[in-house]
Parts: sequence; C-alpha cells; structure tokens
Amino acid sequence: MAILSKEEAQAILTKVLSFSTADECVASLSGTDEGNIRYANNAVSTAGAASTMSLSVSSVYGKKVGSASINEFDDASLKKAVERSEELARLSPENPEYMPMLGPQTYDESLTYAESTAAIDPAVRADMVAQSIQAAKDEKLEAAGFLNNSTGFRAMMNSKGLYAYNRNTNVSFSVTIRNQEGTGSGYTSNSFNDASKLSTLSMSKVAAQKAKTSAGAKAIEPGKYTVILEPLAASDLVGWILRGFDARSADEGRSFMSKKGGGTRLGEQLFDERISIYSDPLNPELPSPTWEGDGLPLKKTTWVENGVVKNLSYSRYWAAQKGVDPLPSSWGMIIPGGNSSLEDMIKSTERGVLVTRFWYIRSVDPQSLLLTGLTRDGTFYIENGAIQFPIKNFRFNESPIIMLNNVEDLGKTERSGNILVPPMKIRDFTFTSLSDAI
Amino acid sequence: MKRKDFLKLTGLSFGAYVLADLPAFAKVIDPQAALDRIDTSLKKELADVALNVAKSKGATYADVRIGRYLNQTIATQEKRVRGLQSTESYGVGIRVIADGCWGFAATDKVDKDNIAQATALAIAIAKGNARFMTEPVRLAPQKGIGEQTWATPIEKNPFEVPVGEKVELLLAANQSALDQGANFVTSNLFMINEQKYFASTDGSYVDQDVHRIWPTFTVTAIDRASGKFETRDSLSAPMGMGYEYLTPGSPYKIDGVPVTLYKDRYDILADAATAAQHAKEKIGAKSVDPGKYDLVLDPLHLGLTIHESVGHSTELDRVLGYEANYAGTSFLTLDKWESKNFNFGNELVNVVADRTQPGSLGAVGYDDEGVPAGKWDVIKDGILVNYQTIRDQAHILGLDASQGCCYADSWNSIQFQRMPNISLLPNKNSRKVADMIKNVEKGIYIVGRGSYSIDQQRYNFQFGGQLFYEINNGKIVGMLKDVAYQANTQEFWNAMADIADEDDYRLFGTFFDGKGQPSQVSAVSHGSSTAHFKGINVINTGRTI
Repeated sequence: MAILSKEEAQAILTKVLSFSTADECVASLSGTDEGNIRYANNAVSTAGAASTMSLSVSSVYGKKVGSASINEFDDASLKKAVERSEELARLSPENPEYMPMLGPQTYDESLTYAESTAAIDPAVRADMVAQSIQAAKDEKLEAAGFLNNSTGFRAMMNSKGLYAYNRNTNVSFSVTIRNQEGTGSGYTSNSFNDASKLSTLSMSKVAAQKAKTSAGAKAIEPGKYTVILEPLAASDLVGWILRGFDARSADEGRSFMSKKGGGTRLGEQLFDERISIYSDPLNPELPSPTWEGDGLPLKKTTWVENGVVKNLSYSRYWAAQKGVDPLPSSWGMIIPGGNSSLEDMIKSTERGVLVTRFWYIRSVDPQSLLLTGLTRDGTFYIENGAIQFPIKNFRFNESPIIMLNNVEDLGKTERSGNILVPPMKIRDFTFTSLSDAI
Repeated sequence: MKRKDFLKLTGLSFGAYVLADLPAFAKVIDPQAALDRIDTSLKKELADVALNVAKSKGATYADVRIGRYLNQTIATQEKRVRGLQSTESYGVGIRVIADGCWGFAATDKVDKDNIAQATALAIAIAKGNARFMTEPVRLAPQKGIGEQTWATPIEKNPFEVPVGEKVELLLAANQSALDQGANFVTSNLFMINEQKYFASTDGSYVDQDVHRIWPTFTVTAIDRASGKFETRDSLSAPMGMGYEYLTPGSPYKIDGVPVTLYKDRYDILADAATAAQHAKEKIGAKSVDPGKYDLVLDPLHLGLTIHESVGHSTELDRVLGYEANYAGTSFLTLDKWESKNFNFGNELVNVVADRTQPGSLGAVGYDDEGVPAGKWDVIKDGILVNYQTIRDQAHILGLDASQGCCYADSWNSIQFQRMPNISLLPNKNSRKVADMIKNVEKGIYIVGRGSYSIDQQRYNFQFGGQLFYEINNGKIVGMLKDVAYQANTQEFWNAMADIADEDDYRLFGTFFDGKGQPSQVSAVSHGSSTAHFKGINVINTGRTI
C-alpha cells in the first residue's frame, strides 16, 4: 500500500530533515495506487495496476539547489538521499531566480479524498467495464473505452517548519461507442474524485444513443454558425484560456494577455459580461488540493468577473520582482452558467449546430489563442428550434477569447473533466472545412 | 561557484533540480552511473525464471523484457540552466498468453522471487480477463533466433559527454540568438538510451542498446509597439544518433532558398543566430492572402504531414478499432487494401516502412516481440499495398510473419503496435529543388514543423510551419506569415506533382508520439525529399482580439 497517513508521512519526512546540514532543505513524499482496464470491440484489450511511492529531497546552499530521489525508505537510504542532494547542491550553478523557502502555513482541509473511490478493486473495475460493454451489446453496437482509478497522497516538509499533506482519489472513464457499419459514433467522458458520482452504465447509454442518432450524417457547407456546445465541447476550448493568465508571460509581451505598447490586459473587459471564471479548491463538485508546489495556500480566486480580467497569477519570484503578493495559478476552473437546459437552447435556435465534443485541438496562434480542431462523435443540424439531422464533422479555426465575446446563452454548469462549465450557445463560430471522419 | 567553474565540471557533478515530477518508477541518478552496464548472462538467467514459471503455470507463450531506460534532459533559458536531470528506470515486464488471452505484469524489484511472482500475476490476469475475450489470441509464428545483440551505430555516446560541455553548448546557442536580437530563447537537449533485453518461449534472447538524441530551441522576438510576438523553432531533427549529430558539418544550401538547412550534422549555434533574425523578420512579414497555392514542402515540414496522414492511417490496430476511444480509427479500411487498386496518391507517391534505416529514430535490430527489423512497401506507385502489424495481427492480413512493429516505452508498459519509420521515396530521376521552385507560378515554400491537427480517421488535416516564403513566377520573393493549409489526405497525395531526388533526402523526426491508454510515447523518423503539391487550400490564421 503506497498511501501513507498524515502522521506516517510526517514521521518519515521529519527523519529526512534531521539528516540535513544545508542552509535549507525540503523533502516531498508521494505515493499512488492505481488500476485501469482498456477495452475495444466489446472485449478487454489490456488491464494493469501499479503502486508507487517516492521521496525527493532538495538541499540548498545560498541559491544553489541540488535534488535526489529514491524509492526505498530505510534510514540508510533516507540519509543517503539527503547527502546526495547536498553534494549536488554544492556543485550546482546558482539559480538566480531561487526564492527562499516558506515558513509554516495554514491550509484548509481539502475535499479531494473519497472512500468510494479508494475502495475500487479489480473486481469492481471489471464490473464497471462489463456494464459499459453490455450497454453497447444490448444495442448491437461496439464499445471501446478506458477506466482508470487512483488513490494518492503527497506530503512536503521543509527546514523552515512548513508541513503540508494531501490525500486524493480520482476515477476517470471514457467510452466511444460505434455502430457496426461504422457510420455512427458517440462518446462520453468524465472524471470525479468520488466514484459514487460516476455511472459507467448511464454514460455508456448516452454514448450508445449518440452512436445511433449520428448515423447517416449529411454534409452542410462550412462557414460561420451559431453553435450549441455541450459541456464537454465547451470545456475542450475554454480549458485553454487559463494558460494565458500568467503575469510574467503577459508582462514580457508573449501572451494574448499582453497589451499593445506594453503592459497587460489586467482590468480590461476581455469577454462578454456574462462570463466569470474562478477557481475554488473547496468547491465540492471540483475539489482540489489546498496548497501548491512550493507550499503556498490555494484559495478561492476570481480570474474574470463579468467579463473583466481581475487577476493574473504570479510566481513567488515574479511577484517579488513586481512588488506584489504571489498568487498561485489554479487547478480547475469554474464558469458559472444560467438556467437554460440544453433543450431550451435548441428550442430558441433558428439555425445552428449542436456539438458533442471537439478533437485534436492545437494552438495555431498564441497571440490570439486561435485554435484548430474538429467536431467528433455526434454533430447535429438545428433548424426552427429542433434537431433536424446528423451532419458531417467540421474543422474549426476559432479563438476561445473571441468565442466568449459571442455568447448568446449559458446553461446549467456541470463537471466536465477538471472544469465546471455550462453548455454554451455561441454565435458566429468559425467552421473552415468538412471532414469525412466518423 | 562561478559559471566558468560550473562548466568545467564533469558529468559526475549533477543530478537534478527544478524539473517536473519524475515519471513513475524512474529515479534520479548520477550521470556517470548511466555508463554502467548490466551483465547479459545475468539478464538471461533472470529471464529464464519468468519463462519457466510461465510454462509451468500453463502459459502457451511468454515473453520477458528486462529494461533499463536512461534519460538525460538539459533545459536552459537565456543565460541560465532551467533544469538538468538524469534518470534511470529499471525493471521487468512479463507478458503471457494463458487460456488464449494476454496477461501482463511488471516489477521494479529485479530478482528471481519478484520476477516469479510477477509472472504468476500476469497469468492470473490473463485467466481473469479470458471471460471478456471474444476470440483467442493468434500469434504469427516467429522462430527462436537464439542469442542476438544489436546497438545503434553511434560515434559518440552522449551520456559520456560531460554535462558541463552540453550545458555550455546550449547556453552558447542562447547567446548566439540573443546577440542577434532575440528577446527570449529556451533550448533543450534530450538524450535517451534504452538498454533492452528480450527473451521469449520461442527461444529468442535479444540484447539491444538503442540511442536517440534531440537538440532543440525556441527563439522569441517581441515588438512592444504593436504588441506582436513571433517565434522560430530550431531546424534540427531528433535522430537515432550519438552526440556526433551536434558536431557541425557543412550546412545544406539550396539555390534561391534563403534558409540554411542541415542533414546528418547539426550546427545549433549557427541555427540559433539565424532563428533570431527569422523571428524578427516574421513580425513584419506579409500576412498571407487566403486561397489556392502550390506548396513546395521541405522534408523538415513534410515529415509531419507524412506522419499524421500516412503513418497513423496505416496502423493496423487503428484500422481494426483498437484505438477507437483515443487516437481514433482509420479511413484505410481493409476493403481498400483488399481491392489492390485504392488510389491513395498519384503514381509518384511511394512510401516505405523501414525499421533498419541508419540514423532514424525507429531503427532497431529486433522489435519488442523479438521480430527482426525489416523494410516493406506501404504505398506503391500510389496504391495502398500494406499496413503496419505485430504478431497477433499478422493473420488478419494473411501474413505468415509479423512486420516487427511492436514497441513499449518502458519495461512496465505493455508492448503494442507502434509506427515504424514511414518515409516517402525520393525521385529516381535527377531533380533539384531549385528547378522545382522555378516551375511554380504562385506558391508557398514551407520549412519546419508548426501547428498540426488531423481528424480521427485521418481524412482532414491542417498544418502550419516555422517559415513561409512566397513564390511568384518561379522565384522566392519574400517571407509570409499567418499561413496554414487544409486538405484531405487522399486529395493531397494525389496533388503531388513533383519530388526532388535523393541528394535532397533528409529525415524529420518526432520524439514523443503519443498513443494508447495509458498513453505511451514512441519516437519515429520520416524521410523525404522536397515535394511540390498543386492547388492546396491556404487559410489566413491572423486574428485580432
């Protein structure tokens, strides 16, 4: 078992630091138990399980840092790791951007661990997959999917008295269901800390339904369309935005957050006023650790409020350069939505395209955050408030910055991967060519 | 310590700092320890434990991979070292067939007891999963080949070069770019050594020593007044070579082309200086008018288009649906291959799969199923003639042997079908790039890999690049920006109008090609000569926010 309790991890790390003779020393201990099953053509193709635990030690003299890692935990090995990191630190070049370690911090109790997930064993995993395969077989369809669950911990202690610990669980599932003729395909995916929120059966039924309804797609002309993005499709695009919220890149002039003539877009109205973006480690639907890599506490942070950029993230080094407080970048992103259901959004659409998901998304131009990619696994034509027929997939070239200025409506927020996002109705979304892929 | 003193240090001096988390099972090592070897007779003894346990517990087939995967990465930024890490991952993976089904288990405790336990676990997994099986595994025969060895033919082991010397080279490249007016520059050097031992119940014992290297950088130029920035990446290729790749040779110049290119020797200092000039020039370059253009594509660019549209579409596991939930399937369905007349491209298009090509990333002596490396046609005179297969797929194509495309990225990953080097053959007749450009009335010459995206069945793609030059009436007249082209795979390869001869042939490579769940990486090369494509749709990617 690679999962140590807060006290067990503390005992090992205290011992590690007792061997230290450097100016500063930090030791991190982490472990993961995980298991997975992969299947295709309604049969398991591979299955695996792994249990890992490792310790890394960084010692510092002045601004010279050396690190070592081990996966053995007897006293002699711990001591050797400390000595090795000290030896390396003495010989390393100075890191001009090194920041002294933090002292003790206070953290909120995180919500990232769920017993329901930690209890998953190979038999439960096999059952979860069997339900998915059965959902496909019942409809004479073919399922290919991947189920992965993990339980992990991470603990960090430094010579200035900081100790941080977090324990987390995660289960992620994705399934593609296709008809036997290869003319229709559906997909769902999601991940949760709490496995009781995941049903492989109901998710597989959604994918099966899409496989059937997407068959026999017709081609319509590419161009600018009103689109309704299901939460998965919306999260595929908006997930790119927070990468630009790094103050240093913006200050240095190499991000879409940089401003003409110098400076940043902090304080500017960059999105439609219905768009707000925040992160909150204690949100029960999207919990995250309450501390980040170097020990800074993670708190609820507003990044965008009513379309205005409210915060950029500052590393401790860059904050010191700029004379501001450090602000860690966030894990997870929350976009509050409205009250419309997906059905309401379709009903109010005269002519548009319903998108299940996007695929193979790549940055085309970081200056505008222009992205390209394709629709996949269920794209439908809407006219006069109703879905008319499935359509062939499109390639898009669109920037999520521009897209979030073209908001028509937002639905109810739900979890999609590591984002809480509403379904979105967006006007003038740019499709540039057709694809024959199914 | 002063930088100068630091640079004098040998490899003994460094472990790691400030790089991202280690991959599971990898540990940081003294770079000098990378030069240690594990005795082959010990590996054989350990492998036999697994094979004997597997047979005694009812396996009809078993293979063992004892792998030591060494990885050294050096990352720098302007005048400082951003990260420097040497890691080793060492362990054993055992794969068995029991009750007609595959089972796999791995351990990082490389001793007889743990290997025996892992083998028993692999058999238990095989038997447990047999209930989900639709038909038993059918392996193509592979005769035992006895004890064999193979090593990448390198001149200079990168792991023997002192770390200080490698750091100095990267920092010098950064300085070279800064001196030419770059605002920012990051540079990296990736070095990999796979020491792989394979044994199977067929009677094969194969010891291999595989090397790969990739020097690369990104130079950024910024224009504060306009708020614009542009980057230019290095024009190196990742190679299946040693450190000799970084010994500058003669650059490769093409008449009428304003870019210095490289073949099997790379001059990082010269390229970094040119990159800074290019990045600055890009800021003021003309934004492309969208429309149809003839494209003249340099091998360093075309390699990625070959990779995505030919390499991935001819992977048999994709064709069969095994990658449906992740990478996708393929438009090259079996009926197209069976027809023997599927027109993938025009008759100029000849593509080979080749695991023997010297200097390539995919070159090995044997694959991770002990199958000897080979070479075969995939597209012949424009017609689809073959795929890429492994032992449990060969029967589907009626082949009596695997094509040797099995690979795992670690001892603890399950080996599966991965792409061999897939390369476009050059013109058999003498054909110079300069003469090809003279034939283009309205076109764009593209160098280097840029943005890329392709659908899940490999029909529709879009590619950018590093450098774009406008061709007008047979001459390159200036730099363009905001260029991307879109096409359909079959239409694109049927639009190939011309290709240069073997004097222009060069290797493109990709170091971290992802596939599978859990995802595994592999490295693969794609050779070609410069080729001319007629009437391809070009879009303008410039936007204002």
